[in-house]
Parts: sequence; C-alpha cells; structure tokens
Amino acid sequence: MSADHVHPVNFDPTDPGHDPHDHDHHHGAVRIGIGGPVGSGKTALTAALCRALGDSVNLAVVTNDIYTTEDADFLRKSGVLDVDRIEAVQTGACPHTAIRDDITANLDAVERLEHRFPGLELVIIESGGDNLTAVFSRGLVERQIFVVDVAGGDKVPRKGGPGVTTADLLVINKTDLAPMVGADLVVMTADAHRMRGELPVISQSLVETPDAPAVAEWVRAQLRTLATVR
Amino acid sequence: MDLAALMLADSRFPGGGHVHSGGLEEAVARKAVTDLPSLHRFLIGRLRTAGALGAVFAAAATRGRFAELDVELDARTPSPAQRAASRMQGRGIARAARKAWPSETLAELLRTTPEPHHPIIVGALVGEPRAAAQVVAYHSVTGPATGAIRLLGLDPFGVNAIIARLAPDLESVVAQAEKDADTAPADLPAPSAPGLDLLAEAHDRHHREEVRLFVS
Repeated sequence: MSADHVHPVNFDPTDPGHDPHDHDHHHGAVRIGIGGPVGSGKTALTAALCRALGDSVNLAVVTNDIYTTEDADFLRKSGVLDVDRIEAVQTGACPHTAIRDDITANLDAVERLEHRFPGLELVIIESGGDNLTAVFSRGLVERQIFVVDVAGGDKVPRKGGPGVTTADLLVINKTDLAPMVGADLVVMTADAHRMRGELPVISQSLVETPDAPAVAEWVRAQLRTLATVR
Repeated sequence: MDLAALMLADSRFPGGGHVHSGGLEEAVARKAVTDLPSLHRFLIGRLRTAGALGAVFAAAATRGRFAELDVELDARTPSPAQRAASRMQGRGIARAARKAWPSETLAELLRTTPEPHHPIIVGALVGEPRAAAQVVAYHSVTGPATGAIRLLGLDPFGVNAIIARLAPDLESVVAQAEKDADTAPADLPAPSAPGLDLLAEAHDRHHREEVRLFVS
C-alpha cells in the first residue's frame, strides 16, 4: 500500500479524460496506525513509541479495544503519556470495521484530540487485536505498522494477508522468545522479506530494547517525509 | 426509493452506525434478551417507540424547519445518553454526506445544528417523507439485530427472518410518519419507551464501571 505512482488505467469509455488526482489534503496531525493479532505487542510498542518520541513530538494515542479499556488503562497507568492524550473508542464488536470499513468513531476521536491539543503533530491509532487481513483504511491513517510476534509461530509471515504484505512497516516482535517457542527467526525474516518485496521489516525485542529505537527512527522518518508533503 | 435512501439504509454505509446497539447490549447484559423470541419482542418494542419517533422526525425534516425540529426531538428524548448517541450518528452521517450529497439544504442543516440528530439529517438528505421514515424505522431495528448476532451468536438466518416478519409493524410506523410530515413540530407525536431510556442510561453508567463493546 505504499503510494508508488503508477499510470492510471481508465475503465470508463465515456470519460472525456481529466486529471484523476482528486485528493483531499489533510492538514492535521500525521496519523500512524498500529495493527496486528491479539497479544502480538501492539500496546507495548505504542507505549515504547510514546516514551521514545514523547519529549520531542507533540503526540496523542487512540486505542480500539475489543472488549476492555485494558489498553487505554495500561497506557494511562504506565505514565508514558498524559491521560488527556489517550482516547479509547468502542468498536461495536467489530475491530476491523472501525479501522477500515467505517472509520467514523476513530475520526471523531482524532478530531477531539486535534481540538484539545492545537499543534498536535502525531496521532498513533492502535487497532484492536484482529486477524491477518485487518488493515487500516487510508482515509484514517497515512502510514501503518503491522506487528506480529515470534510466539504466534514462524509461519505467520509466509501466511501473508494484507497486514503482512502491504503494511508500510512489518515488526516481528518478541524476538527474545524465539528459542523458547521453537521459532526460527531466520525463516521468519526471510519469509517476511519475500512476501513484502521492498517494504521494510524490523525485528525487535522490547525486553532487550524497551524504547523500540528502530521503529521510533522509522516513525521520525515518516514524520519528516509527510511534513514536507503537506 | 432513491439511491440516497438505499445507501443510508445499507449497513455498509460509513456513517458510524455499527458501534451502536440501541440498548440491545445492555438488555443482553441483563438477560432481558437471550434468544430469538426475546430479540423479536425487543425489536417490536423498539420499532413502535424509538423507531416511530425517529420515523416521524425524519419525515418532518424533509420539510426543513431544522432548528425547531432539533429542540422538539431533544424534548422527546429524555435520556441524555440517547440524545448523545443520536447526535453522534448524525454527525457521522454528516461527514459522509458532505462528500456524497453536498447541497444547500445540507449546508443549512449543519449551520443550524452542527451535530444534527440522526433522523433529522436522514430526512434532510432523503427529502421524501415515506423513504426517509422507512430508512430511520429500519435503522431502529437493524442495529440491535446485528448486535444480537455479534453478542449472542444467534443464527443470522433466524434474525434475518425476524426482521422480515416486522414488515406490518414497519409499515404502520411509516404510514403514521408520512401523515405527520407537515404537522407543526411542536404538535408531532411523542411515543416513548421508559425501558429503553433506562437501558441507555445504564449502558452509559456501566461503560464507566466495566465493559461495553458498543457506544450505545
């Protein structure tokens, strides 16, 4: 889902032909989505990014919990971010709908945060834990990170699905557990690169590097790129 | 029925409706709805009260008078949680409508009420009393019905058949709403359901104490 420019194909024989670029320019905070299966480490990564970026970037978080306010509570209690900077949305028992098919509740939350914090630079939107097909709509986020973990099995990257194959960044999380769960990191990483072509993959362990330095640096690079685009 | 009405009635319409259960989640939490027969009774009750009220206001909103209708609908919706849920859905529809159906009527509605009630914006967009009433009456039962499938794992064919069996009730609600399209806002009917009002308030309270999957 990277925005490589391709020549548009026109399927409409009655079209007189005009510039198809009819994009809305969004001028608020940059919005980055974090998705991935249940328990893969989305909330821990969100907290790590808040710690790594919070001092230099004006940021806020939207959580999409499936069944609890656990994630929002965890973030609030962890003290990585002022509680006013965390909004939790309810997803009506359908987490992928809330980030992909009907993004209304999440947009409402983003707008509340932008209104509350003028000059907000970044909103991290954390999806509820879902399956390998759950990706964010481009109407909601400009970049998305998909998180899988070694404990979920080393076959996950090769199973593919839009999360693994199209997210702007794939994070293979909890690498410290690989020997304990019999996961082959070499296979996982190779499969991930094979499935994703040129798109980046970062392997990490928040036990070993609690502030997710590689992912934080990727986020900073996205902020620089998107700031110049606007 | 014109395309706008069909799109608004479609569960795939991105207006934020999928996070509202119309009191069903709270009813399930209290074991008031547990199976197909109890869901059927819940839906009939909701259709003939909240659904009828919404349908009347949707039909009336096809004639404009937005500011008056807004306060009259507030006055007929005693539960603050329900008023908030209605405006939240109205705002969601507005976001989609500004792109899909920009018009002077919509602009006037949003100038008058930046967060319009759900039935009033549907009336403004559909423009024809019968179709507008049909969309809102139908919405009043489809949200809880799909909520019951998600929360209780009910047989979707059974739930679908229940909605189909609501046809005569739906028709009588819509016919009444059509008759009232030109009635002065202050004189519009005010069907109410204290049970649903209480469920909406309890849902709101419980969300702060424990867990609710839906906003309302």
